[in-house]
Amino acid sequence: MIDPKHALAEHLPPLTAQEALVEANRCLFCFDAPCTQACPTHIDVPRFIKKIATHNLLGSARTILESNLLGATCARVCPVEELCVGACVLGAEHKPIAIGRLQRYATDFVYQRHLEVFHAGTPNGHKVAVIGAGPAGLSCAGELARRGHGVTIFEKRELAGGLSTYGIIALREPVEAALAEVEMIRRLGVRIETGVELGRNLTIDHLRARFDAVFLAVGLWAIPEMEIAGEEHMVDGLEYIEQSKLAPHAMKIGRHVAVIGAGNTAIDCATIAKRLGAETVVMVYRRSQRQMTAYAHEYDFVKKEGVEFRFLTQPLRVLTANGAVSGLECVRMRLGTQDASGRPAPQAVEGSEFVLAVDQVVKAIGQEMTPVAAWLGLETKKGKICVNDSFETNIPGIFAGGDCIRWKGAASTVMGVQDGKLAARAIHERLQAQGAANG
Amino acid sequence: MADLLIDFAGIHSPNPFWLASAPPTNSGQQIHRAFEAGWGGAVWKTIGAPVLNVSNRYGAWHYNGQKMVGINNVELISDRPLEVNLREMAEVKRAWPDRAVIASAMVESKPEAWHDIVRRIEDTGADGIELNYGCPHGMSERGMGSAVGQVPEYCEQITRWVTEACRIPVIVKLTPNITNIVHPARAAIAADADAISLINTLNSIVGVDLDTLAITPSIGGKSGHGGFAGPAVKPIALHMLSALGTDEVVSRSAIPISGMGGISTWQDAAEFLLLGASSLQVCTAVMHYGYRIIEDLCDGLSNWMDAKGFKTLAEVVGKSLPQISDFANFNLSFSAVARIDEDKCIKCNLCYVACNDAAHQCIDLIAGTAGERTQPKVREHDCVGCRLCYNVCPVEHCIEMAEIPAGRAPMSWNQLCQSQPEVAQEWEAMERYRKQNGIHVH
Repeated sequence: MIDPKHALAEHLPPLTAQEALVEANRCLFCFDAPCTQACPTHIDVPRFIKKIATHNLLGSARTILESNLLGATCARVCPVEELCVGACVLGAEHKPIAIGRLQRYATDFVYQRHLEVFHAGTPNGHKVAVIGAGPAGLSCAGELARRGHGVTIFEKRELAGGLSTYGIIALREPVEAALAEVEMIRRLGVRIETGVELGRNLTIDHLRARFDAVFLAVGLWAIPEMEIAGEEHMVDGLEYIEQSKLAPHAMKIGRHVAVIGAGNTAIDCATIAKRLGAETVVMVYRRSQRQMTAYAHEYDFVKKEGVEFRFLTQPLRVLTANGAVSGLECVRMRLGTQDASGRPAPQAVEGSEFVLAVDQVVKAIGQEMTPVAAWLGLETKKGKICVNDSFETNIPGIFAGGDCIRWKGAASTVMGVQDGKLAARAIHERLQAQGAANG
Repeated sequence: MADLLIDFAGIHSPNPFWLASAPPTNSGQQIHRAFEAGWGGAVWKTIGAPVLNVSNRYGAWHYNGQKMVGINNVELISDRPLEVNLREMAEVKRAWPDRAVIASAMVESKPEAWHDIVRRIEDTGADGIELNYGCPHGMSERGMGSAVGQVPEYCEQITRWVTEACRIPVIVKLTPNITNIVHPARAAIAADADAISLINTLNSIVGVDLDTLAITPSIGGKSGHGGFAGPAVKPIALHMLSALGTDEVVSRSAIPISGMGGISTWQDAAEFLLLGASSLQVCTAVMHYGYRIIEDLCDGLSNWMDAKGFKTLAEVVGKSLPQISDFANFNLSFSAVARIDEDKCIKCNLCYVACNDAAHQCIDLIAGTAGERTQPKVREHDCVGCRLCYNVCPVEHCIEMAEIPAGRAPMSWNQLCQSQPEVAQEWEAMERYRKQNGIHVH
């Protein structure tokens, strides 16, 4: 029997004290360091690393969280190879510093000991509502609470944390790490109401009446329909990850699993299937390797897990026998001219249909845009909410950040955290100015 | 293949590496194993007066993740009975006739005590005797060890008691816990010592535990200074070695010197040889890694000598000593500037911040093109050639100090004081001198 806790335990072990010390001392302490510039939240990386070298771990964690309240999550899920580690001056001819693992070492230190890194600000009488308890929402709420605002987060799910809690494979971020950060935000005085969803049991009028400002951090919506036959037999990729984190023992894993898509969620799904007992896992993607949106290091990772890839392959329908999945019929594709996304459009190769013999099909083909923008009448661009430099939407007093505004570039946790931080500053300045005007 | 044989004051060994008098030479069975590993000689752990030791006797300084860059000890001389040590010494020497076996001794400061120990050591067949005038703790409070080494008159008197009774070579081991190492060395020479060895350990407190506020290591709630050794003391040892090599009296006597203090690698060993040591003693590195390090000490030294064309150690010993001089003799016209190799530079910009905050503000950061990082660049006409940037640069051969024509004749401070004494006394005269000679002080 596979123990899912063990099979999906964090794949990088925590650094030991001696490992952290040696690694921290390798850091050159660059002046005007490129890692700090490369970090979307501009964590002062050499400063927090030098504090690890002097065993000032509280100071190190404070340096991290000062720029990025969700530093423990980002330490685990950030594509560091593309950001800080990729910018390390030791990268070219040496081995770059393991910045993510050092960041985890420092932040784990404070969470394991329940140390208070920051305190709530003196109450200033302002009230702010945050919709969504994912990284952007938590970041904004925490930053506002530090400045003395009364913040309530409304979260539609049962648990706070958003993708960190539900949508990232446990071997990258365990639920406990995500929930520890939620607790830290709560201890700053933020009220988190779960099971409350805008448009279902919460109205915008109610929010505008009770709060001085609203921050929308609603993220993305469900995985869209592919509109192919037998789709009802597919498993939703996000639910697959969620189950593996919160109810792994109840999970059903096929013997031969196909995962449709080639983004980071699809990679996580394939990893889960493989780790929890599937004999073969194949990822099916209609474009080629060059166009896949998964990070290169995650692609390398999943290949080493033994996952196979079928590039230039489009699913046509799910085949069933006696009500159970028996295969996935696909057709081969070739790349044509550029489509709206700027990538070459895949076209079916006539007569190349074939069947993948699988008994489980997982769908992870990206997420739809939230309908919240339409409900509220917000301006959008490519389906994402439009905001100005202050993260304010076209409706005054309603701000937005995180994946729901990211109309260009890859959405990521760290970008959401930065949005939340900057939006909190803008909201704070706005309310201070209003308070002064009214006072 | 270079010849590593030495003849040190008549003591022969197949290579210059001896284990220093310390825990690695505590017993016969240890020294048997050390000789099996290839050590050229061993200075037996000091024998003499009866002692009792304590636990937690070693404390170490760990720096930036590197364990034991220095070790502090409050261990005393051998706590094994004198007869046992002497018997094992005789056995070891009989079993290893080609290796150097040297007895280190420390007894009460009475002539009869020294005469007695000398006779008993000679009876073992040992090749020589080293007088421990260095131990800075425990024994010094009893009037032995560094209590002798710190007073040249005592040093001379006791050495005399030994040399008048001794037929085997006598090595005087000096303490570095003294203002000028030359004085006890001269005292040893005056008392007809055959050789000198240095340095013994430095007085030290190795640290304070920030959880308990206890001095480390805590010995039942108390602590105090011990003797410090290991890689961290090497530069101090090299200085003291060269101070003897350049002293008129010591160098005229041509007395051989056994060098020690932080020797961990063949490279350290070569430096000691170049500054005048003709035998080498090692302790801390063996306490850290064991006897097996002897293999690379010999192999590395031999390969280096081959590469440099040295056939014997005698060709190496003291080779760099002639360059040792005083500041007053340095050529004040010598000029160098820092040059940064832009291709090697990884743009950590440590040279920039070091120069800007702690030197002479002559490195600029030049904006990179198209999002490239800024690049440090030296303004050579403002560079005083201080070499700080060279020292902080993490990339090998990225910053080099390039000698530039001074545009003026060589001149030392001594020469200047003779030819223009007013320049050394009056700032106005100094300013005139600088102007005349185009000396730009940034």
